[in-house]
Amino acid sequence: MDLQIALLLGQDGITNGAIYALLALALVLVFAVTRVIFIPQGEFVAFGALTLAGLQAGRLPGTIWLLLALGTAIALVEGSRALRDRNFRRLPMILLVNCGVPLLLAGTLFALSPASLPLPVQVLLALMLVVPLGPMIYRLAYQPIAEASVLALLIVSVAVHVTLIGLGLLFFGAEGSRTLSFTDISFELGDILVQGQTLLVVVASLMLIVALYFFFERTIYGKALRATAMNRTGARLMGISGSLAGMLSFTLAAAIGALSGILISPITTIYYDSGFLIGLKGFVGAIIGGLASYPVAAAGAILVGLLESFSSFWASAFKEVIVFTSIIPVLVWRSLKTRHVEEE
Amino acid sequence: MKIKNSIAGLLAILATGFAANVTADINVGVTLSATGPAASLGIPEKNTVALLPTTIAGQKINYIVLDDASDTTTAVKNTRKLIAEDKVDVIIGSTITPNSLAMIDVVAEAEVPMIAMAASSRIIAPMDAKRAWVYKTPQNDAQMAMAIVEHMAGNKVKTVAYIGFADAYGEGWWNEFSKAAEAQNIKIVGNERFNRSDTSVTGQVLKILSAKPDAVLVGGAGTPAALPQKALKEKGYKGVMYQTHGVANADFLRVCGKDCEGTFLPAGPVLVAVQLPDSNPVKKEALDYVNKYEAAQGKGSVSTFGAHAWDAGTLLANAIPQALKKAQPGTPEFRKALRDSLEDTKELTAAHGVFNMSPQDHLGFDQRSRVMVQIVDGNWLLVK
Repeated sequence: MDLQIALLLGQDGITNGAIYALLALALVLVFAVTRVIFIPQGEFVAFGALTLAGLQAGRLPGTIWLLLALGTAIALVEGSRALRDRNFRRLPMILLVNCGVPLLLAGTLFALSPASLPLPVQVLLALMLVVPLGPMIYRLAYQPIAEASVLALLIVSVAVHVTLIGLGLLFFGAEGSRTLSFTDISFELGDILVQGQTLLVVVASLMLIVALYFFFERTIYGKALRATAMNRTGARLMGISGSLAGMLSFTLAAAIGALSGILISPITTIYYDSGFLIGLKGFVGAIIGGLASYPVAAAGAILVGLLESFSSFWASAFKEVIVFTSIIPVLVWRSLKTRHVEEE
Repeated sequence: MKIKNSIAGLLAILATGFAANVTADINVGVTLSATGPAASLGIPEKNTVALLPTTIAGQKINYIVLDDASDTTTAVKNTRKLIAEDKVDVIIGSTITPNSLAMIDVVAEAEVPMIAMAASSRIIAPMDAKRAWVYKTPQNDAQMAMAIVEHMAGNKVKTVAYIGFADAYGEGWWNEFSKAAEAQNIKIVGNERFNRSDTSVTGQVLKILSAKPDAVLVGGAGTPAALPQKALKEKGYKGVMYQTHGVANADFLRVCGKDCEGTFLPAGPVLVAVQLPDSNPVKKEALDYVNKYEAAQGKGSVSTFGAHAWDAGTLLANAIPQALKKAQPGTPEFRKALRDSLEDTKELTAAHGVFNMSPQDHLGFDQRSRVMVQIVDGNWLLVK
């Protein structure tokens, strides 16, 4: 192993680590605000990437049907509640947001031929198709049991994960896809070749992290989320709606997931079920941060990426074993260092 | 008196014949992996089962198709269900090796013949009392590995590196390939593993590159096998690339694109059916299958995996008339007769080769069951 190989491995590890870091941040965010361990986080990676790939191949992505179905289901739930409360003025708004907008999106997709659109528009369309799934899933699956124990929420997460995997196979088929790369530039840095696309992943991840920082520090919604994460009851007493905070955190998580998928799909082939493993590695990073600290989670995720890339060089057959075993010393260290607080 | 007897006899024959017609449809149970990780193999197989003959020798054939989701436990459960509830006379399946291996005990216990569509030779070897009930249609990995090594030797490849799946597929190929390469004095300078779901193989690829092999063999199946090849090309590898027959579908070409130009792989002749010389006995059968499949599923949709299901149907169409002479469907005697007549299959041409079964060999393929193929301009080209 010489310096050049070490540099290449490092570059590879940081690229993957950046994606894991984004997912780790999303996981920490969702857990802090809603206490949900969001196993389906990885599915948004796959859905984002494959929806974009579908648009580029000129197919109508199956995600539009899921969007329509979830929208209709929410409209039914909310509508029947509004009817029961005799609150008829809310009905048009409910229908417009949950059925009208997805229908408009579907109509746009039918009318345009997405394959011929410029890449940024395709990315935007893919995001518009995938990101609303996050808050919709929260509304249907988690909000009715928002006060349940962490274990019950975890079980729901597993159910949502399995459902989304099955739908993914139905929508996108068993074979994987790659999307067109954003840039073909590559340049020499010292004696290693740096691909523009990998640089883009790192830069975009960094920018997202900075944007998240400002969102939490500078905006009223970001502060509301932080308040909910610190003390749910206290935040509610201050007039912060728990379900709004939940919706917001799931929207962010879905957006981060879909963006990560779109960023890496030109570098690697994404399958309907690849998201789970990517999400799991983000989860290892989040665990290193104790599901509470954003910077430690991000650093942990970068560490996972580096560990993965170097262990694939030295002992490729045991790569996953090494990555996932690394969680054990972390857990031991954390349990020795922190005092265990009984939940609720 | 004589007339009366013969009339009674005639009536009796008619009655049994009638009864046979009512009850004696032949039930074929199929369990395959139409969902889960092996779905890209299982789906064409499922589509092919719909094309299999519905009557053989005047008997109606019922196909009962179940999905095992690439899961071993489900495959075993399906097998038990097919035997107990549907009273099947024969079972086709499953798509992948672990499932098929687990089904052997069940079919042997119930004495139902089984035709597997999975590749590993362990399904039918070593031959024992249980495996006596088990047949399979895909070529053994050993035959395919031999084809690669012979091609390497013919093209003056001296050193080779291997990168395969970190599972039974990659491990099985490593065993067969390393044995065959050693016999031909080809030096193996690298042995790496990667996972189907990996997003990066940079580490493995760098290690292979530092060993400077003349050729690299990727032991993977389906589109995941494109990842190491793309990574090697990206890092400037100039040597000869080999893939296994597990990649022989259109999706692989789509995902791998121009990085797979010039790659060699062994495959069943059905992959290049049109290009086979007319003298090849397999050409007619293979073309017949390709045309039927594409008529039903659209042009360019055919893959070699579906043809394994087709060959299972060909085996049955050949064996069932013999078995019907000995016993009625739905009886243990019929299943035994069917097992025996499958074993007697001789010079039967199918889409993937020519079957010559024996009590020791329940596959019966020879070198006519494989060809070397090169990827040229995004298409499969037969290597002459």
